[in-house]
This record gives sequence, structure tokens and C-alpha cells, in this order.
Amino acid sequence: MSARVQAGPFDLAAEMENFGRGAGAVVTFTGIVRDDTGRMLALELEYYPGMTERVLAEYGARAAARFGLADWKIIHRHGRLNLGEPIMMVATAARHRRAAFEAADYLMDWLKSRAPFWKREIGPDGAGAWVAAKDSDEDALKRW
Amino acid sequence: MMLDVLYFAWLRERIGQPRERIETRAATLRDLVAELADRDEWHASAFADMGAVRCAIDQELADLDAPLDDAREVAFFPPMTGG
Repeated sequence: MSARVQAGPFDLAAEMENFGRGAGAVVTFTGIVRDDTGRMLALELEYYPGMTERVLAEYGARAAARFGLADWKIIHRHGRLNLGEPIMMVATAARHRRAAFEAADYLMDWLKSRAPFWKREIGPDGAGAWVAAKDSDEDALKRW
Repeated sequence: MMLDVLYFAWLRERIGQPRERIETRAATLRDLVAELADRDEWHASAFADMGAVRCAIDQELADLDAPLDDAREVAFFPPMTGG
């Protein structure tokens, strides 16, 4: 059960060693930097040291209580990330698959709109626009 | 009271600095915003549309009517875009 924020890449296989030992189901989700505009080279992520780590851990604990998780892990990167690079991961472990899937989905929906990160698109000319929050992400929270 | 005020993303850019330490008597976040917006044109432009700004008191999300009480740190930022 852990959450962390880091600049460097993470090794999914290494992170999953000893994760959720004894659980019947483990789900992992990895978010990848993609280009929605056709002219983006990288993303730059700003965060709020202290608050961000605390919020990630808080949502992890909420997911654990709600879905009866045996284990959970959240890793979110900050700084400059190139197209195609992994930006974050969540892993959930539960006795049965449905709880593990739902907990991962729940975590992703909440982290999208409540984790203190701010993305900026970097184009060929340098720093570009801040990414605006989407209404659809806010709407997704109503499912929970 | 002395208060550390932090800015993130485009609020940081508009104001031109990531944080400042201020002396204030503001009772609520709303009062603090009015006071800050009065400082200069950069602060005024950052706080022009409060519908686009989120706030935290001592690293907990808070709404504009939240009292500052013994707050030590206040942060202003746009809606989050994590994940």
C-alpha cells in the first residue's frame, strides 16, 4: 500500500514483485503520454509537493476500504515526459477480479480530477498550452 | 498573520512567482483573494475568473468561504489534470 511521485521512469515488473501476495486478482493500469493535437512533443507536469503525495495516499486508502483491497500502489511522474513514455500507474490487488478492476477504475477517475497535477503540452516551439480540465472527467466521478 | 501563498500552473505564470509570504488580516479565502487581486495587475489577472481557480488551505482543498483561522499555507491553482 503505497503512493509516490517521482521524476524518473518506473519499472512495472519490479514494482509488481511481491505486490498483493496471496490475492486472487491483480490489475495494473499504465497511462502513456499521447498526442491529441498532432503537434505535441512532450508533456510537462507540475505538482504540489506534500499535498500531491497525501492526496494519492488518501484515494488509495479510500479504494482499499471501499473495494476490500489486499494491496494497492500508485506511482505518478512529474517533470518533462516525452510522447509514448509512461506517465503513471495504479495497481490493485483483491480476492476477486471484479473488485480489483473496479478499484483501478475508481482510482483513475478520481486521480484525473483530484490529484494535484497540472499538465502542459510542449510543442516544436517550446512551452505550449496548459491542458484544460475536461467536463467529462468531472462527470465520470458521478459513477462512484 | 503571516501566510505563505503558493501558485501553480498558469496562476504562477500570471503572478510571476511560485510563492510569496504575506501579512494579512483576511478572515476567509474570499477576503484574501480580494486583497491579493488589489495588489497589482498581475494578481488581478490571475484572480479575474475565480470559476477557473481552485484553492487549498494547509494542503486541503477548500472553498472560497472557508475561514483562514490559523492557516499557514494557502495555494491557488487551476482544476487538476492528473492521471
